[in-house]
Parts: sequence; structure tokens; C-alpha cells
Amino acid sequence: MTTIEVNDLYISYGEKIAVGGISFTANSGEVLTILGPNGAGKTSTVESLEGYKKPSKGIIRVLGLDPHKDLPKLTPSIGVMLQNGGIYPRMTPLQALNLFHGYYHDPLPVEDLIETMNLRSALKTPYRRLSGGEKQRLSLALAIIGKPKVVFLDEPTAGVDPEGRLAIREVIRNLRSSGACVVLTTHELDEAQRLSDRLIILDSGNIVAEGSLDELLGATQGDDIRFSAPSGLDTTELQNAIGAEISEERAGEYLIASAATPQLIAELTSYMASKNITVGDIRAGKASLEDVFFKLTGKSIPHQTETPEQTTHQSRRRRIR
Amino acid sequence: MKPYFSQAKTEIKLALTQGESLLVTIGIPVIALLGLSITKALPLPRGISSATSFLVPGTMTLAIMATGMVSTSIATGVERSYGVLKRLGTTPLGRSSLLAAKITSILVVEIIQLAVLAIVGLLLGWHPLGNWATFVVAALLATAGFSGLGLLMAGTMKSEVIIGAANGIYLVLLFIGGMIIPLSSLPSALETFARLLPAAALSDALYHSMGAGGGVPVWAWLNLVVWAIFAPLLAAKTFRWEQ
Repeated sequence: MTTIEVNDLYISYGEKIAVGGISFTANSGEVLTILGPNGAGKTSTVESLEGYKKPSKGIIRVLGLDPHKDLPKLTPSIGVMLQNGGIYPRMTPLQALNLFHGYYHDPLPVEDLIETMNLRSALKTPYRRLSGGEKQRLSLALAIIGKPKVVFLDEPTAGVDPEGRLAIREVIRNLRSSGACVVLTTHELDEAQRLSDRLIILDSGNIVAEGSLDELLGATQGDDIRFSAPSGLDTTELQNAIGAEISEERAGEYLIASAATPQLIAELTSYMASKNITVGDIRAGKASLEDVFFKLTGKSIPHQTETPEQTTHQSRRRRIR
Repeated sequence: MKPYFSQAKTEIKLALTQGESLLVTIGIPVIALLGLSITKALPLPRGISSATSFLVPGTMTLAIMATGMVSTSIATGVERSYGVLKRLGTTPLGRSSLLAAKITSILVVEIIQLAVLAIVGLLLGWHPLGNWATFVVAALLATAGFSGLGLLMAGTMKSEVIIGAANGIYLVLLFIGGMIIPLSSLPSALETFARLLPAAALSDALYHSMGAGGGVPVWAWLNLVVWAIFAPLLAAKTFRWEQ
């Protein structure tokens, strides 16, 4: 049985269409990531899977049930991590864990969760005084305490320190290997790239791309070479010398729109040598998820202030090194 | 049943560990009972043997109102605005168990409040006079009415507004609810208005069922029944689970 089945889902608020007829599926043992800029319809989609929202049109099945109508039958088998906690501000992690432990038939031991989520030092601190990372780790612990078959995680790594990220990734991988279906929404492409088996990119309520990470990265022709050199090179001359299209993207940053064959690299460096020009780092490779995202949606990733070029540039650098 | 017990235990623990809430539910009623019994600073109804005959039922009314309306509205309002209610919606707890747990918590807190006030009253020389059965029925009806009002506020207002509104109503009803000032000592227009509100009805009912004796007047029963039915109904109709 397909764990999650969404068929022609429409969600509208009055005149405004938030989700415009999307279909997808997800299976057990799979991490499905829903990516998209702000206002793309991610939260509307996930909240209708969680039973919070009634679709305006279309069919949703989670474990074979209609999440809106059959929610009471579904709740023992799902785990939810909301973007904003949803935990009483005066409640301590220990109280919250014990409370949720009482909700489920065969829950995980509280002690185990304290250990895996590294919550020992924060056990008696009221929720409102926890750090961002502690809040997220507690929230994730509460999402998985009931051994759910389907887990919905909304921005699980937002505001989490690197150590917390490792713990959260580990938990998500364990969920997958234990056969759970994990639905993740995130705007952090790095996390999406690390964790997802399959991705859906939403834009303005529609799916603009869907597939495995490799499929998505292959789908856009992103092979090119970038290098830095003094600004103001004669690109026409260089173009003739190496036989490939070249442009100066920013001052001192050049882009060759061609695959990085050894021959091309050799031609480039020998031309530079003949002119006695020092070349900065030469970077080559496929597109990153950020490039794909930007190409498909025309939007930079939410919450990032850099211009698209800079973002692209930095992510390439990070990836290749 | 397991989710209900887990929830009720937590609700009770949270209600009994919140400083501001304890001040309103136990602190102020006890201080009012002690202070006014000793100083007799405010007028008392005619023909009673001890100030406690009026002030014990009066402060018990205050206690029931504080738990039913003030604590419930503030705590539930916070739960709503922080997404706690939303989060609980996808747990196996369910709405009816959540409501049952809240009612349990309210009743447990009230029993503790009333016990404390009774002990303080007895120490001050209170002689209960009246009918315990009417006392219990009136207290339960009023609890339903006040909790309905509390949930009405919690389900429709912003949490910051609730804190101000609930405490404001608490203060106003403290003075015009027949709890520490007899209704007959109010200006007549205010007295007529006060008799429409659930506070005055409960204080009058408790005054007759455990202070001065005698039957509870019909207007008080009517008032309590109407509020006990309509406040929760209205709350259920208007309650929004998410802010």
C-alpha cells in the first residue's frame, strides 16, 4: 500500500488558490522533501496531510485513511513536528515527554529519547527558556515518541546548531531505516540534499519538479566552469582561443558555459600562461540543488539575503572543496 | 483512558504550580476572608451572627469564579496562541478527552480551594448553616457557567487581551458579585444589573446553603442554570482552535 497518496489536491482560501491541483505519493522507508519558496503552498499541503485542513478539492489518503475525516483513527500512527513548537511555555521537556508518553499505546521510553535527543541538561527548564536547538530537539522527540508510521517534520533544523543537526539527521535516517515514511518541509537546501530520497519542488501552488536528487540535478544542464582572474579580460579573444562561450559574471568572476573536459581546462590554463595571467580557483561540476531551485522557481531560497549569483557561487565553492 | 489521565495529571500540576494563578485562585480569596472577617471594614448583611457566615460563601464564590473563568481562560488562551491546542489535535488525546481533563483539573483545584477556605473559616469561627446538597449543585452549575465564559474568552480572544479582560472582570465581580459586599448594599441600579451575572447568583446560593440558611431564591437558580447552559454552548460554537 502506498503510504501517502495525494490526487489532484486543491486548496483555496476564498479567491486565493494556495495549492492548485497537485498529485504525488510517498512510501514507507522514504524521506520525501517538499521544497519551495515562501507562499508556495508547502504548509497548506502538509497541513492537509496532517488533517488540519480540509482540501477544497481532491483526494488525500494517509495510511489508507482520509486525514481530515478519519483523524482520530490516524493520530496513533502519525507524528507531527510543527514549525512553532506547540508546547506549553511553562512545561519542561521532562513534563512534555511524560505527557506525550501517556498519549500512546506503545511509546518509546522517555529515557531513550532524552539520550538520543541530548536533552539531559535541559530537562527541568521551562520550554520558553530553551534554546532554539533544544526546542527543536524536544519537538522532534515528541513527534517520534509514539513510534509513528508517518512523520511530518516542518523545518526541523531551523535555528539548530551543527551538533543538533547531526542528531536530527541521525534520527531521520533511523526513522527511514525502521520503515517510517518521513515528509519533510524545509527551505534549507543543504539539509534537503543530505536527507531526501525524493523531492518535490513547489512554486505558486504547483509542482514544478519532482524526483530523486540525482534526477533533479540531472534535469537541468548545469555543467560549467567558473574561475576568478583579474577583471576586464578580453573575453572575445579568450573565447576564440578555447572555443567555448565565456562571460564575466561579476568583476573578476568568469563563467564558461561548457562541460569541464580536461582538454578545455588545459586550453584555458595554457592561454592564461601565454598571457601571464594569474588564475584563481577553477571550479567545475554539475548544478547544485540551489541552482535547480533557482532555475525552476526564479526565486532565491527564502530567508537568504544574498543575490542569486552570490548564493550559487558560494554553494559551488562549498560543494567542490 | 490513558491519554485522558496523562493530560489531567499534567493540567492539575500546571494549575497548582503557576504563581499568578495561585494568587488569584487561593491567595486573594484567603486574604479577603481573613482580612475582612477580622477588620469588618465592609458592610455585612443584617441579622447574621458572624462575619464568616457571609464571607466564607462569598470568598468561595470568588474562588470558583477564579478557577472557572480566570485560570481557565488564561491557560487555554495561552495554549491556543502557542499552538498547543493545534499540536494536541494530531495526538491520540482527542478533543473530548482534552475537555474532560480540563474539567477534572478545574474540579480538583476547586476542591482544594474550598477545603482551604473552609478550614480558615472554621478557625475564624464559621458555623456552616444550610444544605450541603444545594451547595454542591450550585457550585457545579456555577463552575459550568464560569468555565464556559473562560473558554469563550480563550477561544475567541488574543492571549494578551484575555489576561487583562479576565483579571478585570474578576475585580469588578469581586465588588458587585455579592462576595465581599452584600448585594443589598449596592446602589439599586447596580444591584439589578449584578443579579443578572452568575457571580451574584452563586454568592447568594452559597450564602443560603452554607452561611445563613434558608432557601435559595428562584432568581439565583434560574440565573445559574441559564449561564450553565448558554456559556458553554456559546464557547463551543465560537471556539477557534488555532490563532
